[in-house]
Formats: sequence, C-alpha cells, structure tokens
Amino acid sequence: MAVLVYAESWNGSFKKATFEAVSYAAQLANKIGTDAIAITIAHQGDANELGNYGANKVLTITNDTLNTFNNQSYAHAIVSASNHVSAETVVISNTNNGKAIAPIIAAKRESALITNAIELPSTLSPFTIKRKAFSSKAFALFSSDSNEKVISITPNAFGIHEIQVSTTIESFSYNTTDSDQRLKSVSVDSATGKIPLPEAELVVSAGRGLKGPENWGMIEELADLLGAATACSKPVSDIGWRSHSEHVGQTGIAINPQLYIAVGISGAIQHLAGVNASKNIVVINTDPEAPFFKAADYGIVGDAFEVVPKLIEAIKTHKSNN
Amino acid sequence: MKILVCISHVPDTTSKINFTNNNTEFDSNGITYVINPYDEFGLTRAMVIKETSGATVTVINVGPSSTEPTLRKALAIGADNAIRINAEPTDANYVARLLANYAKNENFDLIITGRESIDYNGGAVPGMLATYLDIPFVNACLGLELNGNQATVIREIDGGKETLEGNLPMLLAGQKGLVEEKDLRIPAMRGIMMARKKPLTVIEAGNAEKQTSVIKFDLPEAKAACTMIDADNVDQLVQLLHSEAKVI
Ligand SMILES: Cc1cc2nc3c(=O)[nH]c(=O)nc-3n(C[C@H](O)[C@H](O)[C@H](O)COP(=O)(O)OP(=O)(O)OC[C@H]3O[C@@H](n4cnc5c(N)ncnc54)[C@H](O)[C@@H]3O)c2cc1C
Repeated sequence: MAVLVYAESWNGSFKKATFEAVSYAAQLANKIGTDAIAITIAHQGDANELGNYGANKVLTITNDTLNTFNNQSYAHAIVSASNHVSAETVVISNTNNGKAIAPIIAAKRESALITNAIELPSTLSPFTIKRKAFSSKAFALFSSDSNEKVISITPNAFGIHEIQVSTTIESFSYNTTDSDQRLKSVSVDSATGKIPLPEAELVVSAGRGLKGPENWGMIEELADLLGAATACSKPVSDIGWRSHSEHVGQTGIAINPQLYIAVGISGAIQHLAGVNASKNIVVINTDPEAPFFKAADYGIVGDAFEVVPKLIEAIKTHKSNN
Repeated sequence: MKILVCISHVPDTTSKINFTNNNTEFDSNGITYVINPYDEFGLTRAMVIKETSGATVTVINVGPSSTEPTLRKALAIGADNAIRINAEPTDANYVARLLANYAKNENFDLIITGRESIDYNGGAVPGMLATYLDIPFVNACLGLELNGNQATVIREIDGGKETLEGNLPMLLAGQKGLVEEKDLRIPAMRGIMMARKKPLTVIEAGNAEKQTSVIKFDLPEAKAACTMIDADNVDQLVQLLHSEAKVI
C-alpha cells in the first residue's frame, strides 16, 4: 500500500524538488491512508530532514557502487526498495534524473506511469490525476486502472509543504549487477552555485531583442539581485549567444516559476508554451503590439537598455528599504 | 550498423490547441502534423552516421494510416525504410511494448527517439522501450560520438551536463545538440521522389497492455488583462511585484 518517494540528492544534499516530492508523497499517502516512505541513495546529510515534509520512514542506501548517479542502477535499487516496503505507488520529481529513471521503474514494476502530474489525484477510484499536456498549452485528466503506479510530478507545481512527523531511518542495501553499470559516468560539468532552471522560483529571460551576447550583463545582474535563474528564447541559444541549457519553450525547458521576467522576447506561441504556467509574467518590450503582452501580468513598453538598468536600481532601493 | 529512429507524429508547434466532444478528444481540425521536433535531431544524427560510417536507418511510428505522410517525410530526409505499427498510440506502455515487440528480433545497434513528444510530453516511451529490450537508456541526450561499438554520450542534467561511456546497443532519447538546429534537414525534391519508392511496411499491432487513458482535457484559464506600467515608472512595477504578486 505504501507510497515510496525517491528523495533525490545532488552532491550529497537534497534538492529543492525533493522536498516538494516528499510533500506530495506525504499528502498522497494521507489521502490513501498509508505511510509515505522516502528512499535516499548516496545521500550524505541527515535524512531525518525529510520528516519535516511528512516522510514516516526513510530507507537509506549507501553502497559504494551507487555513489554516482546511474539511471539503471538507481531505478533498479528503487524497484527493489518498492518491493521491500510493498509500495503500490512510487513518486518521483520530474527532474532530469527523475525523467531518466521513472520509465525504467514503471517498466520493471509493470506500473502505470503518469508523468508531469501537477496535483494530487482528484479521485482514487477510479484513479484520476491532472497533468500538463501539449507543452503546457493544455491539461489532461489521466486515469489508470493499474494498482501499481509511478507518478512523476512537475517541479514547482505542487509546492513544498512542511508538516512535522517523526521519522525512522532504516538502511537498505541493493547490490548492483553488471548490467546496471553498462553506462559509466566519465565526467560531470555543472555550473555550481547556479539555480537549476526547472526548480527556480524566479526566472529572468531575454530574447533576440537584446541584440548580442555582450548585452547579457544586465540580465545576469538582475537575476543575481533577485536570486533568479537565467533563461533565453530559442533563437538566442541557436545562434550561440547563450547556452542551450537556458532555452525555454515548447522545444526547450518548460518552467513554472513564481515570476518570469521576459526582456526583448516577442512571445511566439512556441515560447509561450513553455513559460505560460509561470504564476506572474513581466514583459519588457519596445513593441506595444508584441504578442507576449497578451500573456503577461505586468508589461512595460520600452527599450530594455533603459528599462532594465532602472529596474535594477529600483530593486536595489526596494531591498535596502525592506 | 543498424539504427532505428522512432518518429512521433505531432501537431505543428504553431498549433492552437482545442478539444471536441465535450473536451474528451483533441480537435485535429485545421492541424498540420509534423515529425516531432525532438525526433528531427535524432533522425538527422542518424543520417550523419550513415554518411560518415555507413548504416541502415529504419524509421518507425505507432499510429493509424494518417501518420504515413510523416514517415514518408522521414524517408525523404534519407531513412532507408519505414515501419508503421497499425494502432492508436493512446498509452505510453502500449506504444513501448509494440515497439519492443518489433525491435527485439531486429538487433538494432542504436535506437534514437526524441526525449519526449510535444503532444503529451510524457517522456515515457523511450525509457520503457529500452527496459523492455534490456539495453541502456540515455535521457535528454545532447551529444554522441561513436568509435566502433563504443559510444560516448552527453546527457543534460539539472544545471549542467554529464558525459557517459558504454557499448552499443543503447537507446538515446535526444534533443538539440545531437545535431545543431542549422544542421537539421528538410526534404529536397530528389529525396521526396526517392521516398516514394522506399519500403513502408505496415505491421498489425499485437496484444499489449494499456495502463492509462485520458478522461478529459482542459485549457488554461485566460489571463486577466495585463497591467501596463510606464517605462519611466519602474518603481511601480517593483511595488506591484512586492505587494500584489508577492514575489519579491
Ligand atoms: C518547431 C519550432 C519550435 C520552437 N520552439 C521554441 C521554443 O521552445 N522556445 C522559443 O523561445 N522559441 C521557439 N521557437 C521559435 C519561436 O517561433 C520564435 O521565433 C522565438 O521565440 C522568437 O524569439 P525572440 O522573441 O527572442 O525573438 P524575436 O521574435 O526576434 O523577438 C524579439 C523581440 O524583442 C523586441 N525588442 C527588440 N529590441 C528591443 C529592445 N531594445 N528592448 C526591448 N525589446 C526589444 C522586439 O519588439 C521583439 O518583440 C520555435 C519555432 C519552431 C518553428
């Protein structure tokens, strides 16, 4: 019956998306009337922390062979843990690692896989759950008759909910097999100290209106000031002004932050598809007819090169007064 | 080398999404269908492998006969042959099982899919297919180098990239980076002519379990009108973001 949630860690600590996934699993377990059990793999900190988000129990795996993320071995370890605790439902956050393991877990367990879930199931029997579809242009209510399910949740949709429960920690062992290790990690290249885009609460994004990569200084300054992640439109990454990892939209990363500031982006339908789930959208554009204004909450018609520096100053003033 | 490229047939990215029949069905009225954009990167990468080191490239789609123009387009881009498994692709597990049933006897060295299809964005079929075939699965793949049977692949991770090594066979769920946008191919006249003569084989779907279904669709609520702020008054924006939106 239990709900098992994968508590992903990165460089030994939990990700923000992990607390959200545990919050989700705890509320789902409560709805079903069962326990939420978290599983950590190669986590170095205190796993008791997950009790703050409602995990009744935490299984911890610390095998040396699992120190580096490997989607096969991690998925197999989670399947093994799900059997151990007789979990019917496995919850995963739809991070890049989550996406790399969820389908393997579902196929191994012969579970129904529902990805991009944004809410708790609206009904348990029949089991129905709302998810994003058509690149955030729509929602679909999915239903499944399978007893066994893997639910992967869109980061930032459900939110983190603190509820204190007492947690027990149990170490769990999983022995990797040769076939688990067919792919070997050679190197990881990650921008440290930067907020990963899918998890970011605040995002500052810019488009072709910025005219060249040399003009991104003010975008980064604004983002740093707000503690925001930076993003860009597709042509900006295609011409190499910014890295592909910043490309948001229908064919890039889909995001749903609290705040999305779009500077010099026209608001093409493909761009909007990936960002329109943002709770608040600010658009800065010289063209009053730019389609983005129709999707915005706050708009400024003006030249980015004048407006953004003023905005930076205004936020600095605001910060020093608050 | 034998390469299989899975092709999803999806509404063009400019499509306005609507539903019919009490919001239970996608309204395909006026919709143009295209090769899933993520799959295009994989298809082009397969063409590059074929040209540089020799390969046969098979494209496959699970779908009704209306998807055949999309498969013909993939043939026109340069695939050698196409397979259509005749079934409605309504559930990820069902599609993955049908693909696996076909692929398990074909000994493909490399299977390339898109990281997700832009209609349901499930990202489920690639990993399930790899698991059913018992081959490694690389999600969000942005780079591939082949050296004989050895592959070096790059995958996207949150906030960065990871490089991995392993032996073929494997399944890559790709995206931009497998090739660059400017290298994507569009069918030329000669390709279109040749594609007409290339084999497109229809296979009847066997049995496979469906685990999910869609009960209904919804569109996002329309946004309230945008609050316009004078460019000389950005302080007002900061105030609104603080007191109204409560985000700063
Ligand atoms: C298959 C396909 C998939 C796609 N997927 C995506 C996707 O995932 N993401 C995406 O973003 N796009 C995507 N696109 C591209 C999309 O159609 C648009 O071309 C793109 O979003 C436009 O980017 P942009 O707004 O930066 O540039 P433009 O459309 O060139 O707009 C620039 C904007 O900047 C404004 N501007 C100019 N100067 C200034 C200034 N000084 N200050 C303020 N504003 C200024 C202009 O008024 C204009 O509105 C896709 C297209 C296709 C065909």
